[in-house]
Amino acid sequence: MALTDELRDLYQQVILDHSKNPRNQGEIPPPCLHAHGDNPSCGDEIDVWLRLADNGLIEDLKFTGQGCAISQASASMMTQKIKGKSREKAAAMREDFRRVVMGDGAPQDEDALGELILLEGVQKFPQRVKCAMLAWRALEQALEETP
Amino acid sequence: MDWHRIRSDFPILDQQVNGHPLVYLDSAASSQKPRTVISALTHYYERDNANVHRALHELSARATDAFEAARKKTARFIGAASEDEIIFTRGSTEGINLVANTWGMQNLRPGDVILVTGMEHHSNLVPWQLLAQRTGATLKHIPVLDDGTLDPAAIETLLDERVKLLAFVHISNSLGTINPARELCARAKAVGAATLLDGAQSVGHMPVNVAEIGCDFLVFSGHKMCAPTGIGVLYGRMELLEKMPPWHGGGEMILSVTLEASTYKPPPQRFEAGTPDIAGAIGLGAAIDYLESIGLENIHRHDHNLSNYAVQCMGEVPGIRILGPQSGQRGSLVAFHLDCAHPHDLVEFANSHGVAMRGGHHCTQPLMRRFQVPGTTRASFYFYNTIEEINRLVEVLHAARKFFS
Repeated sequence: MALTDELRDLYQQVILDHSKNPRNQGEIPPPCLHAHGDNPSCGDEIDVWLRLADNGLIEDLKFTGQGCAISQASASMMTQKIKGKSREKAAAMREDFRRVVMGDGAPQDEDALGELILLEGVQKFPQRVKCAMLAWRALEQALEETP
Repeated sequence: MDWHRIRSDFPILDQQVNGHPLVYLDSAASSQKPRTVISALTHYYERDNANVHRALHELSARATDAFEAARKKTARFIGAASEDEIIFTRGSTEGINLVANTWGMQNLRPGDVILVTGMEHHSNLVPWQLLAQRTGATLKHIPVLDDGTLDPAAIETLLDERVKLLAFVHISNSLGTINPARELCARAKAVGAATLLDGAQSVGHMPVNVAEIGCDFLVFSGHKMCAPTGIGVLYGRMELLEKMPPWHGGGEMILSVTLEASTYKPPPQRFEAGTPDIAGAIGLGAAIDYLESIGLENIHRHDHNLSNYAVQCMGEVPGIRILGPQSGQRGSLVAFHLDCAHPHDLVEFANSHGVAMRGGHHCTQPLMRRFQVPGTTRASFYFYNTIEEINRLVEVLHAARKFFS
């Protein structure tokens, strides 16, 4: 496949749309869980804020920060798909998403990822894996915090 | 000048990348190497390789001669009074750290001021932050105006007798600004401050003469001026060098050693512990010969024409914001922000069209904050680049606008 086709796969309309109009952007006032993620080599930064409901589900999830289209789109789609999930499910989805962007085997629950699958174009651009994973690393860290 | 013939001295430029002819616009990060430098390395490794200074055999003598000849060449190249003022380092960063850890530790006290500018590369900022923490000295900076030049009023107020060192970049790697090195050094000298000039983007791009500029220290990196990676230069005025303590201890830098104590050689050997980058220094010498055969004035003029042409054409791309001086003298680089694409996305797009650029904070995070951009995309040129390549860049920028909008 020509590189320009791969480039089109990387930057599909849905991805560009999420990067230009990110969903769930903003902070959640305390009490909440929060983590900061950055890629020092490129300067991308993302903060993830989340609130757990009494039943342990992720009731609300937002992000702030700036970065490339891939990191922004990944963060935006992540917030949509993770909202309402349990911690355990969120961790499993993170692992599934990592597999997708690294081309490291099939995800266990493809349906749960939904349009996040569109980011599989990242496979062809190994240097961008860290962009796609930025928000997810912050999510993982936030979930490790004790509420 | 036959610039197309000169371009053909660089074998690496003649290749396709991602199905397109390579357009290499990242020379501010690292320049390409002409055949003559590559052959100097090959010749050294195939014929003369041995350790310098210590052995009496033929190869060691040849290696030592070539190594020391490179030092002489470097001294002449930058107008140093003597080759003993040339210390070989790994690059600009190491040179700055050497000065901070020796001259700085010896001369700075609480209350003293280290003055830098708001456009320094992290390598000319972080070593001074560390030094300020260790000595109790204060680190201050000259702010940058919206047009990418230093604030003259601030220079006036900041440069007083508390300033012990003024360390500043000659050509900004993020703005292209050429700072008035001679004037700044003269003003620093008038208040008794020492000066360190970061020549990473200027040496090899324009004539740089330490005697004319009047700086006490100059650092630069070989790999940005056609020489191999891993070799750089610290120039220091002998009056300062000879009073400075060693930094790294080891072989080569000593006169005599007992189990308890040692005495040290005079400069430059005092600052060159261990086996140096012999091949790198020889490669640097070859690069200097090559650059001088073209002429530094010619290179500077060509650089200037390219970057002025680039500023003009790129300025016509809708949604572009070019940082740094918009006209007049500027270094051979153009850093910009395109409203529709983050620098990394733009660099990725350009790469798929064979154009090599750099996107990000360019190791000048404070400057990115100052101009309120997350990062920029930088196209940087050298004498082997052509007007056609800049036209190609502009085409790609227009295509990127379409792609990302």
